[in-house]
Amino acid sequence: MVALVIAEHDNAALKPSTLNTVSAALKIGGPVHVLVAGQQCANAAAAAAKIQGIEKVRVADAPQYSHPLAESLAALVVSLAESYSHILAPATTFGKNFLPRVAALLDVAQISDIIAVESPDTFVRPIYAGNALATVQSSDRVKVITVRTTGFEAAKAEGGSAGIEPVTAVADAGSSRFVSQELTKSARPELTAARIIVSGGRGMGNGENFKILEALADKLGAAVGASRAAVDSGFVPNDYQVGQTGKVVAPELYIAVGISGAIQHLAGMKDSKVIVAINKDAEAPIFQIADYGLVADLFQAVPELTSKLN
Amino acid sequence: MKILVPVKRVVDFNVKVRVKADGSGVETANVKMSMNPFDEIAMEEAVRLKEAGVATELIAVSIGPTQCQETLRTALAIGADRAILVETAAETQPLGVAKALKKLVEKESPQLVILGKQAIDDDSNQTGQMLAALLGWPQGTFASKVKVTSGEAEVTREVDGGLETVAIKLPAIVTTDLRLNEPRYVTLPNIMKAKKKTLEIVKPDDLGVDLAPRLKTLKVQEPSKRKAGVVVKTVDELVSKLKNESKVI
Repeated sequence: MVALVIAEHDNAALKPSTLNTVSAALKIGGPVHVLVAGQQCANAAAAAAKIQGIEKVRVADAPQYSHPLAESLAALVVSLAESYSHILAPATTFGKNFLPRVAALLDVAQISDIIAVESPDTFVRPIYAGNALATVQSSDRVKVITVRTTGFEAAKAEGGSAGIEPVTAVADAGSSRFVSQELTKSARPELTAARIIVSGGRGMGNGENFKILEALADKLGAAVGASRAAVDSGFVPNDYQVGQTGKVVAPELYIAVGISGAIQHLAGMKDSKVIVAINKDAEAPIFQIADYGLVADLFQAVPELTSKLN
Repeated sequence: MKILVPVKRVVDFNVKVRVKADGSGVETANVKMSMNPFDEIAMEEAVRLKEAGVATELIAVSIGPTQCQETLRTALAIGADRAILVETAAETQPLGVAKALKKLVEKESPQLVILGKQAIDDDSNQTGQMLAALLGWPQGTFASKVKVTSGEAEVTREVDGGLETVAIKLPAIVTTDLRLNEPRYVTLPNIMKAKKKTLEIVKPDDLGVDLAPRLKTLKVQEPSKRKAGVVVKTVDELVSKLKNESKVI
């Protein structure tokens, strides 16, 4: 019983989601290997070798892995699958994109978005936007799993000294190619790794008004997020979205500003340790799950809060 | 070219689901059911491609109980030309659904299959990718923009860091994200027209596919509830609570 974790990385460094996925893999109980597929990804592979608890890093360094295209990556993982009882990837857009392909090619089910490992074949996963938790058992030979990162602590990034071993790349099928990317540039922490998140909703009124949230976020060293309503209205880009179909976050502190609290938004943040809601509507559902609620006009309350934090 | 659009009947997104007392699942009796919202976006995108002269025929497909005919009628009212129901009363899971869809793709030979990126009931986010793998086709998942040119589709995808564009050779699979389009309202004349369109019903056995679930659900529980919090009166009180009580800042 050996588990393989597919690392999410940008060739230079690992994404934090890889560490949470390694934790889930370690809970299964057997040895854990990490696959780093990329181009000129030696630094990412070296970082993977230092993760505490893993036994081996396997590296596929080839042009077809410069961007994680699902077609090429799935073919590579399938070529290695024979030796593994479990194959895991983070339930981020990276893992969700290619891992179901792996499962289908192996003719096994995928267990999506697990938040707990009950035994090597039994896992807990949220369904219906987290309004129910299903415990599911797989009888497939290989368990193909995506891991909800908020369900598992990050494995220690330092202290390990796993061996690094190259693996043979699989020829590119040539049916897809990377064209371009527009990544949001921000000096603030990434949403899924932030200790504090300040999020805005429809109540923000427009994109310009997000500046008052950014000022608060900068004071707190926080990331900025948004509800689906705010993204759909074009206030902020899609990668800000927290919710059932966006990012799932669980920071120490989540400050929801002008967010009513639709089921699909709560699905993405209700596991935060402390939730603060600022909304002028005292009836807003967000107050039912907030630890601290402030019924106030956000355009006065948020700048006041920013000025009083020192 | 033909486009195939699979649609799923799910508990309406406005319904707050309740877990059954015996832990066997969630209550679906007497609950409002609708088309999965992501599938509505998929259907809309297909209709727009037909309106733009790219597509010639749109086929909506559903796999599930006989009531899925209602969902397919909605798809026909949005603009599908005809519909196919693979009728089964048994539980379906993504791998089995992908296998059934593969059979239909082989029969109908579409150039594009557009699916919702996930269904809002089991939140699996698998079927499109699995279908692509079984067919050996490329995929553009979580699409916020689709441009079809000769022999290729350029798909802009919503990824965690922002947007990514990939070019995929046709035939291909596209799965929809929220910002791809805003589905049109279904009008009464179109509902009437939809009633006259062809809706074919087939059985899984006719397709020769095994839909048996691979994952066994041992139990379904409610998640632990958050305790009700307190309403603070002022910003000063909030700052004090965060500093002294919860100590998060």
